[in-house]
Formats: sequence, structure tokens, C-alpha cells
Amino acid sequence: MNAPFPAPSPTESTVDAAPGAMLTVRIRRDGGFQAFTVARRPAQTVLDVVTEIQREQDPTLAYRFACRVGMCGSCAMMVNGRPRWTCRTRVAAVAEGDGLTLEPLRNLPVVKDLAVDMEPFFAKWTAAHGAFEPGAVPADDFAVVAPESPERRAVDAGIECINCGVCYAACDVVAWNPDYLGPAALNRAWTLVNDVRDRGQDARLAAVSGDAGCQSCHTHMSCTEHCPKALAPTFAIAGLKRATARAALKRFGAQAFRGPSGRRPS
Amino acid sequence: MSPMLYLAQRGTAVILAMAVAVHLGTILYAVRGGLTAGEILGRTQGNGAFLAFYGIFVVAAAIHAPIGLRSILREWTPWRGRSLDGAMLAVSALLAVLGLRAALAVYLA
Ligand code: HEM
Ligand code: SF4
Ligand code: SF4
Ligand code: FES
Repeated sequence: MNAPFPAPSPTESTVDAAPGAMLTVRIRRDGGFQAFTVARRPAQTVLDVVTEIQREQDPTLAYRFACRVGMCGSCAMMVNGRPRWTCRTRVAAVAEGDGLTLEPLRNLPVVKDLAVDMEPFFAKWTAAHGAFEPGAVPADDFAVVAPESPERRAVDAGIECINCGVCYAACDVVAWNPDYLGPAALNRAWTLVNDVRDRGQDARLAAVSGDAGCQSCHTHMSCTEHCPKALAPTFAIAGLKRATARAALKRFGAQAFRGPSGRRPS
Repeated sequence: MSPMLYLAQRGTAVILAMAVAVHLGTILYAVRGGLTAGEILGRTQGNGAFLAFYGIFVVAAAIHAPIGLRSILREWTPWRGRSLDGAMLAVSALLAVLGLRAALAVYLA
């Protein structure tokens, strides 16, 4: 398998650097790299480093964060060439020697410095019918969903997505085919395909099919490798491939049964 | 890729996997057995099973390969739309014609 990023080093250390050690941080800005030097601190995260640079050295540095605890999904960047959530990434685990290279998230337009425009990412979320569709009339009663049912388990496996865009940055198919909906949107669609209350399944399966849809995934697994929430969009996409194939076969069968007139025999 | 093209590519992949195995197995058997070209042609000539097997093999490849080629071209070149689909149909036809012609030639030889 052709990994687009260097494989994670088995010798990754989370041991803090010696007191007094310094870190050289190269940040991609305005088409080049700008270098900063920051003191290494115990339990320091990559986001801590960026914040320190912005507060102490260059207030014009643009980046994005909110929760700082791995919930909001806003702090993702390329760290030494790999997409990561920076608030939960320890410098000690990813620094190469005393160096850190930070770039804006791949596959998305840069707004400024380390802040990217997430609009295309969320537009694809919508295009993949990533919102619950309740149907025209409200259900009469609560739906009973057994926690052990296969559908509920499939939903559980993918529901904790925080929309960080790490998988989207990791995916080569997104880079090659800018229309491709991408792992996060397709993973979300798969959780809804397994939601027994949803009434928009035919339209959703149609939306995730085609040259922009699940069939374009090559099972490279970069998304699954990099997702900080340890989700597996690759398997969600495989589920969509099966579900859309089944639906297409059913349509084909129904068409053959009805004949070219398009009328169902009574 | 539409779900139907997807099914066609995966379905023909299954046929190809089996056909390639039989194809290679037969070559190894024929070579190890020390058969000459003449002896091989003697067995394939007028052999309906031979023709049916390679007919299916060729048709499967003619369906499978252009679908995959279309994906690659869409990813690596800006080529899209009807002209690409038309070209892939032409590749499919070319593979089918060349392959079936070869199988038929051996059958009739
Ligand atoms: C042992 C027999 C074969 C098997 C099991 C097989 C299987 C597959 C599968 C599963 C894919 C989809 C890959 C993906 O979507 O990521 C694929 C793609 C492809 N196949 Fe085959 N194949 C076989 C033989 C062939 C032959 C004989 C040809 C050429 C004549 C061929 C040409 C292609 C091409 C061009 C692609 C597109 C590559 C891609 O989508 O990544 N295959 N094959
Ligand atoms: S498995 Fe599919 S979606 Fe995930 S990185 Fe690979 S091609 Fe992209
Ligand atoms: S699937 Fe994982 S990597 Fe992708 S957006 Fe959701 S949490 Fe982030
Ligand atoms: S700042 Fe919220 S996930 Fe990193």
C-alpha cells in the first residue's frame, strides 16, 4: 500500500525534553516557511506551541482552536507532514529532533497561515445528506432501537466524529478528485443509513453514489490511519458500497420485472 | 463510478481471478508436460470448452479494465464527461475484438 505520509515511527517518545531545551518551529506562511524558537515545556502540546508563538512573538499568526480538549475539531493542522489534532498532540511524541514543521490542513483552501476554509468540507457533508431526515409526518411513537442491533452498533462505530477534517486532509482521492465527498461526509452518511428512524434513505444512497461518491474510494485507509477519534471511515465507506450496490440491484430487478413500459403488473 | 459499474468491475474481478488461475495453471502444466506448440494446438483446435473459457475471460477483461482505466484517468488527468466514457467504450470494444479474435484463431487453427 502506498502511504502518502511517513509511517508512524515506533520509537515515538512521549518523554519530555530536558529543561532548557529549545524547539525550532517552521510555519508555512505566505508561500514560504517562517522559523520560530520556543522553549520546550513538560506535557507541551503542538497547540501550546502555536499559541505561545502567537501571544509572545507574532500576534499576526493566524490559527484556529476552541475547546483545547479534543472535542470541537477546530485545531487540525499538518504536523511534520501528517494531519493531526494539535490540542491532543504532544510535542514530545511528534518532534523530529528539536524541529516541528506546521502547515495548514491539506486539501482545503488556506484563509491565512494555519487557518483553512472548512466550507468545502461542510458543503460535502450536506451534499452527502449528512443530516437526519425525519420524513413528511412525524413518527407516531418513539422508535425502539436495541443497543445490540447491528444497525445501532454500526452507528456507534462512526458517531463520535468531531468534524476535524484530519481524514479529509489524509485522503489522496480528495487530492486527486476535488469532487470526491471524502471520508468524513461518507462516514456520517453511513451512520444515517443505519438510523432506522430516517426517512430519506433512497435520496441519501443516490447522493453518495457516483464519481464523487463511495465507489471512488480506493480503500487506501489513510483516513482510518489518521482519524484522532480512532473511527474507521474506510469501513463505513465499504458499507455504503454494499448498500448502494444492493439498492442498484433491487432497482435493476424491479425494472426488469416491470418491463420497458415501466408499469408494475397488477 | 455508478453502483452498476462498481458491481460490474467487482463481479468481473471475481471471474478474472479464477480465469487467471486456470490460465496460469494450464500454461505451467503444458510446459512441464513438454507439450509442443503443435500438440497444444491439436488439443485446442475445435475445442468448444477452450473457446468458451477464453471467450468469458476476454469479455470479463474487456468489461473490467476500461472501468478501472476510467477511474485512473479521472484522477490523473482533467479528462471527464462523455468523451471519456466514449473512449472507454472504444477501449472495451478493442480489448473484446482483439481477444476474441485471438481465441477464435487458436480454436480454428
Ligand atoms: C486476478 C484478476 C483481477 C482481480 C482480482 C482484479 C481486481 C480489481 C479490483 C478489486 C479493482 C478495484 C480497485 C479499486 O477500486 O481500488 C481493480 C481495478 C482495476 N483493474 Fe483489476 N483485477 C484483476 C485483473 C485485471 C486485469 C487482467 C486487468 C487489465 C486487463 C485489470 C485492470 C484494472 C484496472 C485498470 C483497474 C483500475 C485501478 C484502480 O481502480 O485502482 N485488472 N481490479
Ligand atoms: S479509505 Fe477511501 S476515503 Fe479513506 S483515505 Fe482511502 S480513499 Fe480516502
Ligand atoms: S472521521 Fe475522524 S478524522 Fe474525520 S473528521 Fe471525523 S473525527 Fe476527524
Ligand atoms: S481545539 Fe478543539 S479539538 Fe483541538
